[in-house]
Amino acid sequence: MLTYLVKRFFEMIPTLLGITLISFFIIHLAPGKPTDVFSELNPKITPEARERLEKYYGLDKPIIVQYGLWLKRVVKFDFGESFSTDRRPVMQKIWDTKQPLLERKLFITFMLNLIEMIIIFLIAIPIGIFSATHRDSLYDRITTVSVFIGFAIPSFWLALLLMMFFGVYLDWLPVSGLKSLNHDSLPLAGKIMDRLRHLVLPVAVASFGGLAGLSRYMRSSMLEVIRQDYVTVARAKGLPENKVIYRHAFRNALLPLITLLGLSIPGLIGGSVIFENIFGIPGMGQLFFNGVMGRDYPLIMGILTIGAMLTLLGNLLADLGYMLADPRIRAK
Amino acid sequence: MTVMGKYSLGSLIWKRFKKSKLAVAGGIIVGILFVAAVFAPVLAPYNPGDIDRAHILVPPDMRHPLGTDDLGRDVMSRMIWGSRISLAVGFVAVGIATAIGLFFGALAGYYGGWAERIIMRFIDIMLTIPTFFLILAVIAFIEPSIWNIMIVIGLTSWMGVARLVRAEFLSLKEREYVLAARALGASDFRIIFRHILINSMAPVLVSAVLGIAGAVLVESALSFLGIGVQPPTPSWGNILTLGKDNIEIAWWLSVFPGLAILITVLGYNLLGEGIRDSIDPRLWDTERK
Amino acid sequence: MKRYLIFFMLTVFALTACKDKPQLTAVAGNGNGADGPDYGDTLVEGSIGEPSILIPMLASDTASHNVSGMIFNGLVKYDTDLSVIGDLAQSWDISKDGLTITFHLRKDVKWADGVEFTADDVMFGYKTIIDEKTPTAYKEDYLQVKKAEVLDKYTFRVTYDKPFAPALTTWGSLVVLPKHLLEGKDITKTEFARNPVGLGPYKLHKWVPDQELALESYKDYFEGRPYIDRYIYKRIPDPATMFLMLRTGEIDTMSLTPLQYTKQTDNEYFRKNFNKYRYPAFQYTHLAFNLKHPYFKDKLVRQAIAYAIDKNELVDVVLFGLGSPATGPYVPNTWPYNPDVKKYDYNPEKARQLLKEAGWEDTDGDGLLDKNGRPFSFTIFTNTGNKLRENTATIIQWRLAKIGIKVEIRKLEWSTFINQFIDKKRFEAVLLGWSISLDPDQYDIWHSSKTREKELNFISYSNPEVDELLEKGRRTFGIEERKKAYFRIQEILAEEAPYIFLYVPDATPIVSARIKGIKPSPIGISYNLPKWYVPKRLQRHTMEP
Repeated sequence: MLTYLVKRFFEMIPTLLGITLISFFIIHLAPGKPTDVFSELNPKITPEARERLEKYYGLDKPIIVQYGLWLKRVVKFDFGESFSTDRRPVMQKIWDTKQPLLERKLFITFMLNLIEMIIIFLIAIPIGIFSATHRDSLYDRITTVSVFIGFAIPSFWLALLLMMFFGVYLDWLPVSGLKSLNHDSLPLAGKIMDRLRHLVLPVAVASFGGLAGLSRYMRSSMLEVIRQDYVTVARAKGLPENKVIYRHAFRNALLPLITLLGLSIPGLIGGSVIFENIFGIPGMGQLFFNGVMGRDYPLIMGILTIGAMLTLLGNLLADLGYMLADPRIRAK
Repeated sequence: MTVMGKYSLGSLIWKRFKKSKLAVAGGIIVGILFVAAVFAPVLAPYNPGDIDRAHILVPPDMRHPLGTDDLGRDVMSRMIWGSRISLAVGFVAVGIATAIGLFFGALAGYYGGWAERIIMRFIDIMLTIPTFFLILAVIAFIEPSIWNIMIVIGLTSWMGVARLVRAEFLSLKEREYVLAARALGASDFRIIFRHILINSMAPVLVSAVLGIAGAVLVESALSFLGIGVQPPTPSWGNILTLGKDNIEIAWWLSVFPGLAILITVLGYNLLGEGIRDSIDPRLWDTERK
Repeated sequence: MKRYLIFFMLTVFALTACKDKPQLTAVAGNGNGADGPDYGDTLVEGSIGEPSILIPMLASDTASHNVSGMIFNGLVKYDTDLSVIGDLAQSWDISKDGLTITFHLRKDVKWADGVEFTADDVMFGYKTIIDEKTPTAYKEDYLQVKKAEVLDKYTFRVTYDKPFAPALTTWGSLVVLPKHLLEGKDITKTEFARNPVGLGPYKLHKWVPDQELALESYKDYFEGRPYIDRYIYKRIPDPATMFLMLRTGEIDTMSLTPLQYTKQTDNEYFRKNFNKYRYPAFQYTHLAFNLKHPYFKDKLVRQAIAYAIDKNELVDVVLFGLGSPATGPYVPNTWPYNPDVKKYDYNPEKARQLLKEAGWEDTDGDGLLDKNGRPFSFTIFTNTGNKLRENTATIIQWRLAKIGIKVEIRKLEWSTFINQFIDKKRFEAVLLGWSISLDPDQYDIWHSSKTREKELNFISYSNPEVDELLEKGRRTFGIEERKKAYFRIQEILAEEAPYIFLYVPDATPIVSARIKGIKPSPIGISYNLPKWYVPKRLQRHTMEP
């Protein structure tokens, strides 16, 4: 099992290299030297900053050396200085060690995505199983229709509608940010409650799309499994239906789901841009969006690379989960 | 694919397609979208750009069935014109994605070896980078315009098609008729296009139709964020932006365009699923029971 | 207001920390009650932008200026009647020829770290701002100074080699920096920019980037401890969300959009819980032509376009009536403003006729005017993130289409816009706004010598008479003399129409009714912020230790 993990880990390396290569390529997408573009597009760049930038990218050197330099820095999570007027290092903006963990942008986005994934998982599986075991029932039809709508609904629109209803009309839930202003003066329980209340709408909206997909897959995966011989055998043995479903079928139906969850990570992370923007959540997605609006290239490249690394990490974790759930792999 | 019984394959598929109510509904929705886009100048009650200072943010009524926006423009007319954007982005972006996907997929599936390994690795990498981040990063370097949006969406969504085509090629290239063609000395080019590609078109078509739905969603999200189709060109996404700006007082600016996007995407999805179900022989007997 | 990206004129922020200025109509609900001033409570302001740098001379965005203006003071400031009064300077003497100003500084001022404020700090700030390594947009005015001297600990003298009318007003909050903390350091790299030590009414307490920035009152502030203990800027990047938070009481004050001012706050709840204010902002929005472009070289064409735009419509639709049509580069009801200039009342017939005189006619019947076979079409550039400007451009586009001119609109992110298009003069027409200073000197915008790259006369306007009048205006001290010069300038600008002056918007702040002591004045409301207070019984937030 350990060897598998190690092997899997080493397999990530070429992918990681590829990601840095693509990032590097995007920097060189624009015509001319990157620094030309940078300093032309951004008046705040002083000659010194420009010089630092040229040094940073090693522009006098052959392109392969430039890539080597870029790679060396990326490994150290050094993405250079932001172009915005505060000139802070990009990494400091993403992961500000001076702030408590709960306020660091990467942490905020990471936690939100994690919560979303757990919720998607917890809700989608029962829905999927139930639809599969009650195939063609009214319930199954309703979920099928809901799933289609779930696939089609623009998440930002859903966000708007929920904001309008729960935030404006009923005035039940906060519509922006991660905590209230008086947060610091609340007792611990109040603090937790306050944060949870702020999480409800963004998490609900972000989970909704994923929910549709995952429950759909769970249903078909379950249907597939139920048709297998060993389930028929288990039934023939006279095992109670409950046991058949949960002991035998469930485990096997779960496997493809874990892979799918791994694949859905980039979508979730990408979606952060939209949710954080709508709900005013100060995470990495919002930072990225502001970077795009302000053409803050070092920041854009930094977050792009980190987003990809997060996905890789997620895939690795999904593999691990797969391994834990699949006896065939575990045995190796 | 084998011909079954007394029906030709085509008529069998058509029959199955017609039987699925949802698929037909999808077809009708897409049809309506086409009509709206093509006949926009005739169908729209007002000129979509006409500003009316006497009717700013008017709720839906007889004169303006879907209300007016913050410049007094008729929302219904703007939405009808906006369907053109939706249609164009969907088809062009997916056209680009499909072309790229076909190319790489065929290359990888037919030749195998190094080409395949490199292409598949490249696809893995592309799938690792959050697509929305990638799109935004590229847009930061170029101007947001409808053409650039189409191209960028196309360039970042071809991976699924490529995988699909490769899988088809892997299974088809060992088929007897292909082997026979090769034995007869047909060129690679001819084999790829005449023999394999044609036969793998069905799943590609399904994935393309579903892809259009995805592209419509991405475009509307970009326009909503203000980095897609630029106003005053009407698009559903940027009408929704106005909805957000006026969330407290103009529900109609949020509700109608969102609904239009929802229905359109639903339409493409149903259509795609319908086509898939009707051409997938594996489902033919399972659902008959 | 949505991300107010305005071209800052060099002197805009030199004097005052307030966001906006003059003349006021208070739409007050609750008057200021009988309760006396009490210390305590927190005031929360919703802010669209995130401050980036808290050193006034390096800041270029509104958010940074707002915050740093609370932390730093200047030598002089504007009084509510627009006259100049002392701030850190107790008094000053101006020599007879007007070339020398001697400031006598207050002796009771301490920086927030306890070190005494002296003339050395002014000298240090002055040297920093003229240093070519300092990336500041406000250098120009200080380069006019021939000599600066520290006479003693509390006396600072500057000498100009030519009379410079705006001289005194430039010694506002841009130039005072703590020498003891910054000497020998690279100002662009120091931690100070994000953790400043000032001497103003408030000091930085806590800054969580992109979320909130908390100031706390400086107990030893030289004009007395501010009543309100905490002033928090809560960053909410979107005006609609911000408004929702205003309603739920999460924030106490914000700038309302015209729509929010006229419709959304027009109800019992807001009348009871908030006070709204309204006064003309010191800024105007205009359409500027590139005078090097063949179409716009022709005065008739520019005038025709002026006739084709309905300024009243813009005020009605874009501003919901909260503003007035502009006629020149000054704001109504200020002394340099000339009300009697050529006005272009909406007249599409006249516009068509002028265009015909200029040779533009629809000869091929395609609905577009053409001349020598080329159709009349051009692009209006503007910046992203400003809804009012976007709407203005859209309406102009629509109006011009009616007389056969095709207009494209292109929105660009601010720095790209300025650097690639304005500075390089790669544009046909732009829609922009100017913030204007209280001093009428606009040499940098209209003088024919200021047309090089990165200079502000980017439309390449050149008129010898205007050049002469501008020179005269800044080199004389008598108000009547100056007034004559600026009145004539406005007449010429109106006639030649290098810009089409569109409108002067109103500033429309709203503040929670529990805040008392707000005294509306021609320079706005925030000038006496340290004197605002919340009576004990109305205080909402208690301070955590």
